[in-house]
Order: sequence, then C-alpha cells, then structure tokens
Amino acid sequence: MPGKARPKVGVWKFASCDGCQLTLLDCEDALLELSERIEIANFREATSTVTEGPYDISIVEGSLTTPEDAGRIREIRGASRVLVTIGACATAGGIQALRNFGDVEEFRRAVYARPEYISTLATSTAIQEHVTVDLELRGCPIDKGQLLEVISALLHGRSPNLPTESVCAECKRRGNVCVMVAQGTPCLGPVTQSGCGAICPSYHRGCYGCFGPQESPNTVSLGHRLETLGMKADDRLRVYRTFAAASPAFRAASEDAERKLRKP
Amino acid sequence: MSSVRRSIGSRLVLERSDFPRLLEGLGIRGYVTVGPVVRDGAIVYGPISRVEDLPIGWTDRQEAGTYRLERRDDGALFGYTVGPHSWKKYLFPAHERLWTAERSPEGFHILPRSEPEPRYAFLGVRACELAAIRIQDRVFDGAFKDPGYHQRRSEAFRIAVQCTQAGNTCFCASMGTGPRVEADHDLALTEILTGSAHYFLVDVGSERGAELATDLPLRPATEADIRAVDDLLEKTTASMGRTMNAVGLRDLLLGRPEHSRWTDVGKRCLTCTNCTLACPTCFCSTTEEVPDLDADRVERWRRWDSCFTLGFTHQGRTSVRTSASSRYRQWLTHKLASWHDQFGTSGCVGCGRCITWCPVGIDITEEVAALRKEEPVAVSAGGTR
Ligand code: SF4
Ligand code: SF4
Ligand code: SF4
Repeated sequence: MPGKARPKVGVWKFASCDGCQLTLLDCEDALLELSERIEIANFREATSTVTEGPYDISIVEGSLTTPEDAGRIREIRGASRVLVTIGACATAGGIQALRNFGDVEEFRRAVYARPEYISTLATSTAIQEHVTVDLELRGCPIDKGQLLEVISALLHGRSPNLPTESVCAECKRRGNVCVMVAQGTPCLGPVTQSGCGAICPSYHRGCYGCFGPQESPNTVSLGHRLETLGMKADDRLRVYRTFAAASPAFRAASEDAERKLRKP
Repeated sequence: MSSVRRSIGSRLVLERSDFPRLLEGLGIRGYVTVGPVVRDGAIVYGPISRVEDLPIGWTDRQEAGTYRLERRDDGALFGYTVGPHSWKKYLFPAHERLWTAERSPEGFHILPRSEPEPRYAFLGVRACELAAIRIQDRVFDGAFKDPGYHQRRSEAFRIAVQCTQAGNTCFCASMGTGPRVEADHDLALTEILTGSAHYFLVDVGSERGAELATDLPLRPATEADIRAVDDLLEKTTASMGRTMNAVGLRDLLLGRPEHSRWTDVGKRCLTCTNCTLACPTCFCSTTEEVPDLDADRVERWRRWDSCFTLGFTHQGRTSVRTSASSRYRQWLTHKLASWHDQFGTSGCVGCGRCITWCPVGIDITEEVAALRKEEPVAVSAGGTR
C-alpha cells in the first residue's frame, strides 16, 4: 500500500526450538514480497537489527518457563497493537509442558551438573495464560500458508480464515482414505484442529495431534475407539502427552488414560 | 452385428473381452473417464484409462466404522459397493475457485472463469448414486443454477452399474433408490459371471448412450440374460446389510426434539464432519476470499463445510449449536425430515457411507430405530438442549 507506513513487526522467542520462526524464513518468494510491506523490527533469527517499539504486530513463539519471561511477555504485550502466538509451545505449552506432569526439582538435580544455575518455573505454560492473545496459529511447526494468511489479513484489516474444525474435514476434502476406518490405524484427527492439511493421514499415518484440540473435541468417545483398535491406556497416555499435552482437552484425556492405567 | 438396434430401451449384451472398446469409445468422444480404482486400501474414484485400472478381482467388506479390501475368487470388474468417495467430488468439488477479481484504475472487476470444465464420463455409477446426483441437482441445478455444477453435470456421461451384491452398510432398498437403475443413465451395465461366461447386460438409457453403443460389438439380450439380471437384483435386494423404516419419518423426527437418544448419540459423536463430507447428498459449503499480499487480486474459493462444525452456525458472537447432540440432531432432522419440505425428497439415499466412514461407527439406521422407540412421558421437566 504505497504512501502508508509499513507496519512494524516484532518476532519474539520464548521457550521453543525456533522451528516456527523459521517457517517465516521458509516462505521464500512470499518473504521478498513481505519484506517490502512490513518492517521487521525484531527478528533475531533473521537480523541483528532491533528497532524500538511500539510494534504493530508481535509474533510470539515459545512457552513461558522462567520468571523473567513472565515479565518479558507483559512488556511485549504492552508494546504491541496485535499479538499473534505461533506454534504448539506458545499456544499450548509445547513438549516442554511435560514437566507439568512431573517433578521439576528432581529433573534439575538429575540433569544439570550445577542445578543452582538453573532458574525455571515448575510449569511450561501457553502465552494466553499470561496475556491477552489476539490470534493463534497452532502446530508443531506452524503451517506456512496459515502464517501468510494471518499476515495478509492483518495488513489489510480483515479477519483471517483460520478454521478450528477437525483434521478429518481437511482429510476428507483431500480425498484421503481414512486410515482409522480402512487400516485400523489409531488417529487423533477427529479431536485435533485442522490447519496442517491432514499431512500425516495423507502419508498413511495417524494424526499425532500436533495442532492441539479442535473446537469441540470428544476424547472420551475417541478413547473407546482407540481402545478397540488396540491402543491401550499407556499408549493413549503417551499420544496425548506430546506437543499439546497441556491443552485442557488433551490434558484431561491423558489424565483419564493415566487413571485407567492405575486402576485397570 | 451392425443390424442390432441401439436405441433408448434396447437391452444388449457386451462380452467382457470387448469391455476395452467401451473405454476407447469414450476416449474418442473426448471424455475424461473416471471410475473406481484401488488406492490406499479402498476403492475410490479416479482416472480410468485402461480396463486394468478398475479394481478387477477386488471386493470390500464394510461395517460401521470399518472398511477392508478383500480379494475375490473371480475377475469381476464391479464386484464391490460404494467407497469413501462419491461423484460429488467431480460435480461439486471439495475446493472450487468461483471467481477472481482484479483491481484496476476504475475499481475492481471480475475476471471470467477461464478454465474449461472437464467433460467427464462417470463409469460405474450405482443406483443410489444416481439418486444422490438427482438430489444435488435440486440444490445446484434447479431454480438457482450453479454455473460450474450445471456445466459439469450436463456434460457428464453416466455409465451406471447395477449392484449384483449389497454391502453390509447398504440400505438403498429401504430408501427406494436401488439397486435397480431406473433413470438418468446413458448406459447401465449389469455384470454377469457364471462359470466361464463373463459379460455385461447393457441397458441403453439415452440418445448419447445409443450413439456410443454404435461403436460396440453387441448382441441382443436373450430372455435368459434378462432373467439372470432380475435374479441378481432380487438377490441384492434381499441381502441389504441394513434397513431403515422411512415411513412417516419426517413427522416422527420433527416431533421428537427432546428424545433421550439425541443426548446419547451426542456422547458418542466426535463432531468430526466425516459423515457429512462422505455423504453424496450433503451440499453445504463455505466461501473465503483469498487476496494476494497487495490485495490487487482476490479469488473467491468455495469449500465443503459441515453442520458438525461450530463455525457453521456462528451468528453474531457465538455458535447456535454448541453441543454435539444438537449438531447431530440438526443433521439427521434436516436429512430425513425437513429435506422433504425443502426439496420434496428425503436427503438420504441409503448408500451407507456415513455408517462406514464414521470413525466411531455411528449408524444412521440404528439411530433412527432408537428414535422411533416411544419414551415414557418425562417425569421431570427440562430436556436436552
Ligand atoms: S485418517 Fe484420521 S484425520 Fe483423516 S478422516 Fe480418518 S480419523 Fe480423520
Ligand atoms: S445420510 Fe448416510 S446413508 Fe444416507 S445418503 Fe448420506 S451417507 Fe448415504
Ligand atoms: S456422526 Fe460420526 S462421522 Fe459424523 S460427526 Fe459424528 S463422529 Fe463424525
């Protein structure tokens, strides 16, 4: 949009692997076009230049795991007009939220030679548990197309198309043969949010739930089905304790499996 | 051979060994032939260029929530029933660009659709599927005409196949849609395999069908051939895996919005949308605008949607149907009840796809049977919302 100042975009990292930020760099052709329309004010993966806030758009990757980060996210929120969280870590606590089910003190002593150097919270939590989030992009990693959709929507002041339906909807539109029905392969697609394009079922594997729970997940009913497909309680516990382990629906499902495991 | 009459109503015989001639005939006339093929452990619809592309010697075993391919002990070309795909994927595709608009100094203007619509030949359309296409015609090709659908539909050459075996989740006989092909076919085939004989009884259903038949080496059907077909269809009707009592269903369902079965099915339903997207008559869609980064060019895309999503009934700030039971009730009462008011027909053709492809095996025939059971008058007030 000629004449208008380019929106200032900050990309921020919390506890994460950087994979989602790299999705932005992975946008290739679109990235060149994008760089003409937005001003990258902070993006350590791409440039060492840092511009002062306020920011029109902040893209936040990673979960909250340290006391300092809890302060930092509030500062970022305060300096940002729109805040978008990206990836399973930022939206559900990520794989590191497995600590929420364990004893962090014990990990610290077992893993680090000098545990006293490690300052960490007992939990890994999603950004929306600390500050208001305007938009979220799920996935581990996020989907490139969804990222561009959000940026384009924000540039033009429209609401983005981000369906919250199940993975099955995308699977069926793609014309995939359902792996659960035709192969008996356990699949989390029915309880998982779409957005990935049903990648795993397209390659004959069950969905691993990396986009977290769909808008109305029924893990209890799916649990019965997984059981009849031979997925026992310990496997169900594990399958829900991955990328979105701390999301309320998947947490409930894993805890339910855990109870069944203890009292078969 | 050339003296054999080929006109609407003709009943002729095509030998299996001459079947490739049918495909050649379609090719010569510029059709893109699509039909059943084996892919990823199921029989789906895809391009057919040679007779070997068909699922020769394969069959399927279906149950609620389960589908398995199995080998047959013969070389039947059509020895199975319907799979996860339906012809709607060609007539009403899952994703379709409706239009493109470009910004110019004078404002936005709509670009005409440039891609020509493919001219399909559908090979192996079952009776229930012809009925399903008739139902979607009322939606897309009735008073309001969807241009893309209209063109694809009117061009499509339809070679029907009468089912010589019923699937375990089939109930077309209950819905009055099959297994006999009665209308809307250009040609209808019935595959007959007895001992060493392997041939097709060909019913000519249209001028186009008669014209194509001029290319084929055909002989007139004998009394015995016709009796063989009738026997096969009778056997199919008798072996339907499911039944549904559709009599008076409209009033019954609309009169039972608080039946406890809705709550019960709501506990099992995953709100995953599989039933609706596999259903050959479900027609709901949503549209989205896809602009480029400059917003100088925008495309409007349509994609399949489902009454099982929250967004489907999003009004104002919230969804009208939040519980799974209310969404299942919406689907079933539309399909089997208010569809009659809207389109003058039931929305169900008894193909069984929603039963087989529901990951948790929710069975429409079982749900209807349960909803038919009268309940004792509720003692306590309140119900299921
Ligand atoms: S393969 Fe998985 S995601 Fe796809 S339709 Fe089946 S259950 Fe749903
Ligand atoms: S409701 Fe089920 S059985 Fe009826 S037409 Fe649709 S998919 Fe087939
Ligand atoms: S009835 Fe079955 S297929 Fe349909 S939304 Fe519910 S769980 Fe999914």
